[in-house]
Amino acid sequence: MHAFILRRLLQSALVLIIMSLLVFVGVYAIGNPVDILINPQADQADIARAIAALGLNQPLWQQYLIFLKQALSGDLGKSFVYDIPALQLILERMPATLELALAATSMAVLLGIPLGLWAGLAPDSWPGKLIMTGSILGFSLPTFWVGLMLIMLFAVELGWLPSGGRGPTTDLLGVPVSFLSWEGIRHLILPATNLALFQLSLIIRLTRAGTREALLQDYVKFARAKGLSNARVIGVHVLKNILIPIITVIGLEFGSVIAFAIVTESIFAWPGMGKLIIDSINVLDRPVIVAYLLIVVTLVVLINLAVDIAYSLLDPRVRIVAATA
Amino acid sequence: MVFQWARFVVTSLICAALSLAGAPSAVAAELRIGLAADVTSLDPQFLNVAPNDNIAWQIFDALVHVDANARLIPGLAVSWRPVHPTTWEFKLRRGVKFHDGSDFTAADVVFSLDRPATLAASPGPFTGFVKAIVAKKIIDPWTIQLKTAAPYAMLPYDLDSIFIVSKKAAAGASTEDFDSGKAAIGTGPYKLVRFARGDRIELARNDSYWGWQNDGKTAPWNKVTLRILPEDTARISALLAGDVDAIENIPTADLTRLKANPKFRLEQKVSWRTMFLSMDQYRDHPPHVSDKSGKPLAQNPFKDARVRLAISKAINRKAIVERVMEGYAIAAGNLVSPPVFGYVAALKPEIYDPQAAKQLLAEAGYPNGFALTLDAPNDRYINGEQLAQALAQMLARVGIQTKVETMPSSVYFAKARAGKFSFALLGWGSFSGDLALRALLATPNADNGYGAWNWGHYSNPKVDALLKQDFATLDDNKREALARAAATLALKDTPVILLYHQLASWAMKKGIAYTPRTDEYTFARDFRPR
Repeated sequence: MHAFILRRLLQSALVLIIMSLLVFVGVYAIGNPVDILINPQADQADIARAIAALGLNQPLWQQYLIFLKQALSGDLGKSFVYDIPALQLILERMPATLELALAATSMAVLLGIPLGLWAGLAPDSWPGKLIMTGSILGFSLPTFWVGLMLIMLFAVELGWLPSGGRGPTTDLLGVPVSFLSWEGIRHLILPATNLALFQLSLIIRLTRAGTREALLQDYVKFARAKGLSNARVIGVHVLKNILIPIITVIGLEFGSVIAFAIVTESIFAWPGMGKLIIDSINVLDRPVIVAYLLIVVTLVVLINLAVDIAYSLLDPRVRIVAATA
Repeated sequence: MVFQWARFVVTSLICAALSLAGAPSAVAAELRIGLAADVTSLDPQFLNVAPNDNIAWQIFDALVHVDANARLIPGLAVSWRPVHPTTWEFKLRRGVKFHDGSDFTAADVVFSLDRPATLAASPGPFTGFVKAIVAKKIIDPWTIQLKTAAPYAMLPYDLDSIFIVSKKAAAGASTEDFDSGKAAIGTGPYKLVRFARGDRIELARNDSYWGWQNDGKTAPWNKVTLRILPEDTARISALLAGDVDAIENIPTADLTRLKANPKFRLEQKVSWRTMFLSMDQYRDHPPHVSDKSGKPLAQNPFKDARVRLAISKAINRKAIVERVMEGYAIAAGNLVSPPVFGYVAALKPEIYDPQAAKQLLAEAGYPNGFALTLDAPNDRYINGEQLAQALAQMLARVGIQTKVETMPSSVYFAKARAGKFSFALLGWGSFSGDLALRALLATPNADNGYGAWNWGHYSNPKVDALLKQDFATLDDNKREALARAAATLALKDTPVILLYHQLASWAMKKGIAYTPRTDEYTFARDFRPR
């Protein structure tokens, strides 16, 4: 198990290095922030001086080596336009994105599994059909459109919820969170629903398919023959067996929810990492782009690791061993 | 892009939604404004971009201010005059206090003028505005003399861009100190309460601000919240839902509907931004210019003034203003917009005349026209992409086969600077006609800084000479005459294709009024209940 985790972490270190190299080459090929941000009245000498001050006049390999050297000592560089360390900038925004992603994922799990079970147990009833139709809509409607509709209906027309932004935050173990106040929850409802929709549909479908398959299995028939209560058959024997694919998907999706919260964050003016990365790409703020991607890659790697470990706990047949091939 | 799609969807729904939007109740003492761009730093001397400057103007002051028509007016300096051809004397306002209660004096001015050079690593530094100053001399706490190497008329203009920080609070301060509010001590109308990066900026009224008309305690808003809402749809729905009281930068598609809605008001003013096309006038074989079969032309057609005039005549500015900009623009015959210093009223927009354009092209040796590529950024200017498409169609009608290429501005400006375009869209805001000429139409020369944005390398020694004389003329009336003469002389050659001046727009609840500004800034102090 330890060897497995170690190997995984070494692989991710390699991914991180390749990633940073790609970003460096990519941003270098596009241009530099001075061309976009320099004062219109600036003359040629001003422009050259600004480029030199940011170290962008040096050859690419030299810039990359400097970055590597600093990165190894934990310094990912200062943002060109915010003038504060890129890492700090991202960590400052991360709680907002994580809060949104966690709220969306919890919503999807807490609603998706019961609804999927219901649809799987009674596939031909009208609620079962309704749930399935709903999940098709959740899949196929584009996120930004649904977001706009939510704003139009609940914020503009009904005036029940705010149109965007994050509510007041309170510190929970040193992390600013907004879900502890009613005002904060009011701000969280619409963006979280928007972000949860796709995942919710996915979980409903997976749960339903898994349930229908499990119901035909011998162990379920045997459990019923043994005279176990319906609740125990469904709640223990069926549910536990269908959870493995669902956990995989929740894990994988959590990574993409974080990475793809960008659309929801933009529409709802949610001050998370997604908005930051878009702004940074627009002005070619390389330190922030690199740091953001490194953090997201790390997060995804860790989530996948957590999923693998969760497997082994849920399914005794799965053993985590170091591959010997 | 996804969000442009989103805009269509929203605008199609706004009509219905507007009729249902709740009426804002009585104006509270708090003003909430939705801003269109992110603010990266509260250090007013770190990064010179409009969104940051806009916030700096709420908290800080400069020696020289500009009014709603982009003309210079006294700020922290009550008057300025040249006491010697190379020396300007600024008389400072007495009795002004910083937010921490300390007095504003000439020492703060010297400190603020020295500080930009100490902030090295900035992609948009303020150093260009102070580089003309070779020596500073404090005569008394309220008089300061600034020396330049040569007579330099633009110093007061440059000093409009340098915010005055408190020497006591800002000495040795980092950007973090400004962002946290520790060093963000200015003399401006509002004090910083909280800066939540990427989300909002909270301000409180500075009761002792020198600029309030009456007692500061009666100034309209004691609390101002500036929300960062860069996504157009988010900004507009925040206004419709009553989450903010006013917003800036309204997409043209939403203007007409907002105008028709009795619950909201619009304020508009011609912006200082002029849109135009630059043409390569220096290379023999500019990129992407060829005959219609793709073979290179014998020479660069843009070098022929008749071709440039033909292109100008081929463009129906009235149609562009009405269709692309939905009426929210003014056809341009000048590099600067009407209220701005150096505007020449006699220069009218070129008249649309496709027949004359064809004839001019034939005279220049292109009876069948030629082919070119029009490059434009797709995220920088209002309706930039639609504008480029409309222009291409108009040029095709006179025989110039035009391909449109649009790209994000991060890619666009680097390529433009590297000379990758020969026919390209640019927008320019300037509060003085001679400054615009110097950047856009003076012969490019790294030694004197002329022509830094003259992408087409238009060159006219007479224009350069007039500009040189202009910048050394300290009398404003004489200088404006010189600026006008230079503009008239340059624009006679059609060095660029002028298109239109944009209108800047603000939308707000019915109960609020705003004094719209040519420089497009959104100043909380200029909002008032009606």
